[in-house]
Amino acid sequence: MDASAEQKYNLKIVRWFTVMAAIYLLVGTTVGTYVASELAWPFLNFDLPYLTFGRLRPLHTNAVIFAFGGCILMAASFYSVQRTCGTSLWSDKLAWFVFWGWNLIIVAAVITLPLGINQSKEYAELEWPIDLAIAVVWLVYMFNFIMTMVIRKSSHIYVSNWFFLGMMVMITYLHVVNSLAVPVSLTKSYSLFAGVQDAMIQWWWGHNAVGFYLTAGFLGIMYYFVPKQAGRPVYSYRLSVIHFWALMFGYVWLGAHHLQYTALPDWTGSLGAAVSIAMIIPSWGGAVNGMMTLSGAWDKLRTDYVLRFLIMSLAFYAMSTFEGPIMSIKTVNALSHYTDWTVGHVHSGALGWVAMVGIGALYHMMKHTFHVELWSTKLINAHFWTATIGTVVYVVAMWVSGIMQGLMWRAYDEYGTLAYTFAESVEAMHPYYAMRAIGGMIFVAGALLMVFNVLMTVRKSAAEGSVQKARTATVTA
Amino acid sequence: MTNKVKPKGLQERFEVNAWALVIGLMLVLSVGGIVEIVPLFFIDSTFEHNKNPEILWQRQDGQTLNDHKPGDGIRPYKALELAGRDIYQREGCYLCHSQMIRPFRDEKERYGHYSLASESMYDHPFQWGSKRTGPDIARLGGKYSDSWQRKHLRAPRSVVPESVMPNYPWLVETPLDTDIAARMGVMRLMGVPYTDADIAEAPKELEGKNEEDAVVAYLQVMGTMVKLDDTKVYRE
Repeated sequence: MDASAEQKYNLKIVRWFTVMAAIYLLVGTTVGTYVASELAWPFLNFDLPYLTFGRLRPLHTNAVIFAFGGCILMAASFYSVQRTCGTSLWSDKLAWFVFWGWNLIIVAAVITLPLGINQSKEYAELEWPIDLAIAVVWLVYMFNFIMTMVIRKSSHIYVSNWFFLGMMVMITYLHVVNSLAVPVSLTKSYSLFAGVQDAMIQWWWGHNAVGFYLTAGFLGIMYYFVPKQAGRPVYSYRLSVIHFWALMFGYVWLGAHHLQYTALPDWTGSLGAAVSIAMIIPSWGGAVNGMMTLSGAWDKLRTDYVLRFLIMSLAFYAMSTFEGPIMSIKTVNALSHYTDWTVGHVHSGALGWVAMVGIGALYHMMKHTFHVELWSTKLINAHFWTATIGTVVYVVAMWVSGIMQGLMWRAYDEYGTLAYTFAESVEAMHPYYAMRAIGGMIFVAGALLMVFNVLMTVRKSAAEGSVQKARTATVTA
Repeated sequence: MTNKVKPKGLQERFEVNAWALVIGLMLVLSVGGIVEIVPLFFIDSTFEHNKNPEILWQRQDGQTLNDHKPGDGIRPYKALELAGRDIYQREGCYLCHSQMIRPFRDEKERYGHYSLASESMYDHPFQWGSKRTGPDIARLGGKYSDSWQRKHLRAPRSVVPESVMPNYPWLVETPLDTDIAARMGVMRLMGVPYTDADIAEAPKELEGKNEEDAVVAYLQVMGTMVKLDDTKVYRE
């Protein structure tokens, strides 16, 4: 029981965000598994507009990125900024405004996206009134975070906070510019930009939603929770400085590699690809920094299941940040673009890295903010294995189907004509789409175990009155 | 702030001053976007029509959008096509169909001439897509008959057994109920060259039509506005 933390910091907001994150991970991945199943068994669309792939897929991406990702980022950043700055949040009121505002935005997304109200820009589908709300809530979140650093008791700002702050600044830029639109009505607007410029701005957003929201933000989580859970300091301070600034400067350029060989001018795509390849270095620097933090404490992996999540996430981070630059090379991209390989790559990052590191932090915060051991450690271990196996099954299915698609589309027969019709390539995908859906189901089963474990832990904490005890306990300095 | 550290060097300055870190990040994070995006608005070679003006429709005074014939050149969408495009976006079609043909031999044979930037210059927002769960449809117009397209929209597997596309049976049952004049007005505000007459006539063009009519009109115009010359190099 950490009574001094309970009395010194605002842990209540962290508890709420943490529990919501667990629920949203289950919801978001369930929708994802459903849309994946629709591609394997199209009858699942049921001829209902609200259930079609085209309307549910944005709901899936928004739920996992903004609902799960957002809540775990806000939980982890509010938790770690207080502990590393040695002070409570600058404003509790603003923190609660962010909590309710963010959750209302999620409710608005759940209602509008199945109705077909969208801006048709990937990962930025929400219409303009919701976009405005996102901008306001995000800026309040950022301001509260900065002010908490300003009033800190520690001498220096800890590295995890640099990463969180980098995410906040960049997401502000990206969201504001990419969402610029002229409204026709409350539920319809047109992007201010058109064609090639709109494409470049969209993928500047698209890749940096990955680069900053899902990478920088989650690296903030990594830099706080890996050392905490391992009970060791970060391996190298110098490496974290290099990792940080190289990532901040470099990631911004990568979006153009989504548009190789398109009508985007060649110089832009090539520039994006060149910087993409260079990004292997800082990315691996970060992965090494995280993993080496465990040096001398590797034995902990045998008993500490939360640490397993964190270390597995770094392995996936290293793998996807190697795969990404490879896919941005023009000759590889010519094959991989438009195929399931991209989907596989995204999910090795999203399930393997983002979800795993988020889940590790989630269990850590459950224990340290509810002041009890988790209801079941065995369930954490079961979750670890389902999450890992589900991810691997998913990613392997998409590698095979993606490369196969790319090869079938460009295959010629002995007479010099195209060997396959497009429909034949769709038919060939069926077993892999089924396999992908099964991988998703395994992952969802793990998320279900987690939500059950989290809710039982909340119940246990309430039964023992652990939060109340921590609040009233006498703290000896 | 109990900050008694005298910062040594730039990095430490960032680490002891939160606002310095904010400003430093604002500068560092803005570079990549500025370098890659801003020139696209100023470099002439971004759009092929700057060197090949004939690919744009040269509209004469008094001509309506209905005077345009396939191959005359790139033009803004007609009212019905625009309404169809809005439904295409609403249903998330862009998630599975790209509208961007790359300059490869197999894509040319499968889909047609590679796509030009000028061809989507009136597309707010762009619909290039990122995934081909279904085929590219940048030059779908005229490849199939209207009745095939209708049948395919209502029940794709009735004409393509391997397809995994959802059925869209409700389109034909839903009358078009859009504020089309307002939509075209917004497009004009952003630089799409609609005339007063185009906008005034728009609601009439939609009378008695349903959503399926609009989607089919949109699908059938794709890639047919301009006739591209195979012997010409439009893009370096």
